[in-house]
Amino acid sequence: MKKIILLFLILFSTINANAQVDSTLFKDTPRDTLAEDTMNMDAVYERPFFQAGTSPVSVGGYIEADYQYIGEDGITEGHTFRVPRFTLFVGSTIHPKVKFLSEIEFEEGGNEIAIEFAALDINFFPMLNFRGGIIMNPIGAFNQNHDGPKWEFVDRPIAMTEMLPATWSNVGFGLYGKRYVNDWAFGYEVYLTNGFDNSIIANGENKTFLPAAKENFERFEESNNGQPLITGKLAVKNQNIGEIGLSYMGGVYNTFEDDGLILDEERRLDVFAIDFNTSLEKTSTYITGEWAWVMVDVPETYGQQFGDRQQGGFVDIVQPVFRQPLAGFENAVLNLAVRLEYVDWNVGTFRETGANISDDLWAIVPGVSFRPSAQTVLRLNYRYMQQQDILGNPAAKIAGIQIGISSYF
Amino acid sequence: MKYRIWIPVLYTCFLLLMIGCDTVVPEAPAEKDLLDGPIPGLTHEEQDQFLKGDIAFNDDVFTPQTGLGPTFVATSCGSCHPGDGKGHPSTSLIRFGQTEPNSPINAPGAPQLQNRAIPGYQPEKLPEGVPSMKMTPPAVTGLGLLAALTDQQILENTDPNDEDGDGISGVPNYVTPPDYFIPEDHYQPENGKYIGRFGKKASAVNLLHQTATAYNQDIGVTSTFEPLDVYSGLTTDPEVSDQVVRDVVFYLKTLKAPIQRKPQNPLVLKGKGIFTTIQCSSCHTPQWTTPETDITALSNKTFYPYTDLLLHDMGPELDDGATEGSAETYEWRTPPLWGLGLSPDSQGGKYFLMHDGRAESIEEAILMHGGEAQNSRDQFQLLSPEEKEALIMFLESL
Repeated sequence: MKKIILLFLILFSTINANAQVDSTLFKDTPRDTLAEDTMNMDAVYERPFFQAGTSPVSVGGYIEADYQYIGEDGITEGHTFRVPRFTLFVGSTIHPKVKFLSEIEFEEGGNEIAIEFAALDINFFPMLNFRGGIIMNPIGAFNQNHDGPKWEFVDRPIAMTEMLPATWSNVGFGLYGKRYVNDWAFGYEVYLTNGFDNSIIANGENKTFLPAAKENFERFEESNNGQPLITGKLAVKNQNIGEIGLSYMGGVYNTFEDDGLILDEERRLDVFAIDFNTSLEKTSTYITGEWAWVMVDVPETYGQQFGDRQQGGFVDIVQPVFRQPLAGFENAVLNLAVRLEYVDWNVGTFRETGANISDDLWAIVPGVSFRPSAQTVLRLNYRYMQQQDILGNPAAKIAGIQIGISSYF
Repeated sequence: MKYRIWIPVLYTCFLLLMIGCDTVVPEAPAEKDLLDGPIPGLTHEEQDQFLKGDIAFNDDVFTPQTGLGPTFVATSCGSCHPGDGKGHPSTSLIRFGQTEPNSPINAPGAPQLQNRAIPGYQPEKLPEGVPSMKMTPPAVTGLGLLAALTDQQILENTDPNDEDGDGISGVPNYVTPPDYFIPEDHYQPENGKYIGRFGKKASAVNLLHQTATAYNQDIGVTSTFEPLDVYSGLTTDPEVSDQVVRDVVFYLKTLKAPIQRKPQNPLVLKGKGIFTTIQCSSCHTPQWTTPETDITALSNKTFYPYTDLLLHDMGPELDDGATEGSAETYEWRTPPLWGLGLSPDSQGGKYFLMHDGRAESIEEAILMHGGEAQNSRDQFQLLSPEEKEALIMFLESL
């Protein structure tokens, strides 16, 4: 809480200071979200910021708003308007080689406030940077690259937000670095942070559910078991081919002892992910995707609905079909897009029957997006999804329209 | 460059087509293909309580923080009764401890095995040498109609000494009710015991008994009705409120009865005739009518559950050696057949029939009938393939 108050003070003092100067003095530093010289690991800094005069503090953020009309098997909640998130960035260059950046997210109209990122970076060499604070664990690509304006779809990928817990961040320290050689770029990240807790297998979702650990805000104060969570990633990018990343996150998740008393055996969580993105030069088609495997040591006696293995991912295909000045927007782009996604919450078979444990879903989301500028997107999606219960009974069919707008500011 | 023109046009047409047609929101399955949903005619107030019960039954998942276990069988009501239908072998439960009718339950941990445990605890193990019975969860639809019947109506079908000589002698299971049981006027006790109606051996007197016991024995959750923790045996603060238990009871009372599919199909009608001819209907009583009850929508309703709510000797093949109340080890309550054809929709696309799910088809289930049902089973075996097909089609229509 103290950190939140402190960040607010910094933020509001910055805004007040800016309010007294001519707005033309603000330096807008927009970034093209598909810039070719960046990698996924750069996502936190590759955002547009406003900087007032010579002030070392930069401010930015983004907002998402959407409308949806979605139904499941003939039942719909009707027409729904939401502002799923409003995010503020505050950054500061303390020294040319010392930077601070924070990301505070307001969800559900401010009902939920989360510090998703608040870290100090000290740059020693390009291949050796130190980062400490609240960091976003670099598992997959979406976790660090989750800003709404970057995507052509109203919803975030289910596998990355509900199987992997994007946005997943925690307190810790680590190193990262990047090196360019001709068309090639190589990057690495490795961090030690606080980890997950028992809620990943003891939650109201009735399944192994990593995002349940996000509810535990004590993780920003202390580890629930004293064991660090290791997160590491290696990524390679070729300017002409694309980027591929391999990442791992793992550690003991449960509270196995308290006050020196052994409560349970140590139980591990291990996650592997692969992500890629590329842009086809001939057609300008942009393809990005991610797949992850989750392995959890679930007590054998705990019930089979809590799976010990999960897997899932998504692939987005975005095809620009119109790119020219329009209505005063110099670089307006119209995209056609489609997302395919799949999650198997429970990989395995029933002990009693040997039959497959279902508990899975797949979705296809075609859409059209319009970007009047690179930082702003209007999108129309149609979501069609089928979801089966653990037994593999007839799937629930979920479908509907989603219209959204998202923009950096 | 041409593709830049026709691709967006085609794609936009495709999107508009999807948005414009009925697939914007998927259509609801036909009412007759679903087991859930309220009986028609509930008042607004009753619908509100039905909804609360629906949420508690299907959506509430217990965790160690909200009272789960420490030992348990399932984490929620809906885990065992998906879509209010029959359950799966993976959520079967085991009862043990009483080996003779009306005898005390004396095995440690009885009467139900909690075969799962939260992290850090060990689940209960079946004591060596103790007979047990495995039970797959039943469908929970239409229970309010069965609950509304009077004891007198049920007793009219008993024939303990087989005085009519048809080889069938249904008897009620007289059980000792829990302290919180409040008998209604139409109950007819015998030596302080009451007729059980619910459960594979009819061991639950009413739906409150069934529900409070299930919270306690299945989920390890205590209530003011069942305050003893299944693991420690000690009284604990209630982990589920009286109101939630009563909402779930109301939900179970007012769940609609399954609706028969294709009732006028000639094969179905032929099968219905065969069902009566080979005396299946002697136990699987087709039709009942409720008296006046406290819920208007349940009053004076004629319904078709295909059960007599009585215990029958099912022969040595189905004798599991364990029992409940006054039931013998080989006696089982006639299960309602309504909704039988929808069983695969809640059992992962397969049939798991009989009390423990050992039968994987309707025909297999019929052939497992022994004891008082031996005659019907023999007659079934003598049917032509067409007649068998008609009978099974009728059963699937229920």
